[in-house]
Amino acid sequence: MKRLSRSIFSILIFGYAFLYIPLILVVAYSFNDSRIATIWGGFSTRWYGELFRNDQVLDALFLSVRIALTSATLATILGTMAALALARFGRFRGHTLFTGMITSPMVMPEVITGLSLLLLFIALQQLTGWPGQRGFSTITIAHTTFSMAYVAVVVQARLSAMDQSLEEAAMDLGGRPLRVVFDITLPLIAPAMIAGWLLAFTLSLDDLVIASFVSGPGATTLPMYIFSKVKLGVSPDINALASLIIAFVSFGVLLAWAVMRRTEAR
Amino acid sequence: MGIVAAPQRRRAKRLDVLPGAGKLQDNLWQRVAIATPYIWLFVFFLMPFVIILKISLADPLVAQPPYTPTFDSLGNISVTADNFAFLLTDKLYAITYLKSILMAATATMCCLMLGYPMAYGIARASETSRNLLLLLIILPFWISFLLRVYAWMGLLNNHGVINNLLMFVGVIDAPMQIIYTDFAVFIGLTYSYLPFMILPLYATLERMDLDLVEAAQDLGASATIAFRDITWPLSRPGVIAGCLLVFIPATGEYVIPYLLGGPNSLLIGRVLFDEFFVNRDWPLASAVAIVMLILLVVPIMYWKNFERKAAENEA
Repeated sequence: MKRLSRSIFSILIFGYAFLYIPLILVVAYSFNDSRIATIWGGFSTRWYGELFRNDQVLDALFLSVRIALTSATLATILGTMAALALARFGRFRGHTLFTGMITSPMVMPEVITGLSLLLLFIALQQLTGWPGQRGFSTITIAHTTFSMAYVAVVVQARLSAMDQSLEEAAMDLGGRPLRVVFDITLPLIAPAMIAGWLLAFTLSLDDLVIASFVSGPGATTLPMYIFSKVKLGVSPDINALASLIIAFVSFGVLLAWAVMRRTEAR
Repeated sequence: MGIVAAPQRRRAKRLDVLPGAGKLQDNLWQRVAIATPYIWLFVFFLMPFVIILKISLADPLVAQPPYTPTFDSLGNISVTADNFAFLLTDKLYAITYLKSILMAATATMCCLMLGYPMAYGIARASETSRNLLLLLIILPFWISFLLRVYAWMGLLNNHGVINNLLMFVGVIDAPMQIIYTDFAVFIGLTYSYLPFMILPLYATLERMDLDLVEAAQDLGASATIAFRDITWPLSRPGVIAGCLLVFIPATGEYVIPYLLGGPNSLLIGRVLFDEFFVNRDWPLASAVAIVMLILLVVPIMYWKNFERKAAENEA
């Protein structure tokens, strides 16, 4: 294939600059000594120090990670079951409703998902007394509900693309469906389940709107904490926090890329 | 993940010919695998919508909960369409809905115009650089959405980088108001949703058979005509997936208008939020959500239909 034309090349440069310049500037300003975040007052790392002494940030981070771990795991279990039901069990009663419910959370605007779940929790509380207090449990349920859709789609794509002859051979040889699922299907779709888990984990860590709806007093996730601060404008310790996240993610992604290149070269 | 599969209907014929041993247990397993996610979604996805619908048909009340019950103490049903009538007759809401849709549509077009050549460039780049270029598109997904919007606050601020740069160069004398305008919201939407456009476009462009383009050019078609008649029609699934992936979430966006749009930037996601938390008018907030859903049903249905067809073509 011939080389890229000059116009495509310049649009690529412009596009990547558009995507990355804001992030680079946040990192640059995180080393700014001035309290007024947009005026340069000399190099300093003091905002990083303040960040680590800030208990609110650490508490919020801890809560977010706990929610993300729990909801990603639940979403992977439920999503994989749903994918198996859709790709392997044929038609069952309520099949159409099921497919509709499985994909809809992905295209639903966040404000609607958040509002509807909050109203459900309030109604449940009136009827049954549960949930007594909104927080960890309600946010985890909300995150599980929308991220299980993503897991189901990823796992189902793998199941549809997969050669079914192994499972069929196992069944022809007398293997019972339950054993076939655990001995053959699950090991084969494990990479998709891991990908789905990671996706669910990231989605949960990232969510602000749904968590703001279904959370109660006293439970603040990291995005909720960040939002409450940046509502009032640019703030230097958030610059430091953002830079740490950017550095962490970039390192992980570049590492993944390097590993990918090495395995490809082999 | 735009083009991945919708349900594939395949009969598990083998189940019928199984020997009797353990059949009961296997049936049980299948039932559990279907019922668990089914019940979960029924309770936490479908039920909430029934409740929203119910509350949208009630009157607001200064009480706990702040709306009238659907059935009064005598068991009479009491519903009202007042909230919907209000939404339809109040000009402010009509304008807000229209503005949200227009804003989302403009951002979608802009994402397409920037994203298409980028996806094209990445798909046609050499194999070694392609992976890195693609990773750089996905990387922002893992950096919090909120923080990426926040990054623009520092750029667009009155004392921010763009204004300082323009003043330094001498284009303007006083800071220009960029943040807290519709233009800032539009930039934020385009920036945040650009990767959603590029990924499905890349997926279709990368799979395309390049021999077709070459054949057309060998037969005398110019590069423009080859693009118009071959590349563009073949990439349409990616265009549709990308546009819907940007348009649907952008319509209900809350964070971007809040942080970049300032107090007067009324987009529907924010109106819903304020109606619920600030005005505590639950019935009206529910009605706002229902109308928004009705407006989005057409693109959502289109999307589902499209996904189903894509899955059928692949099978």
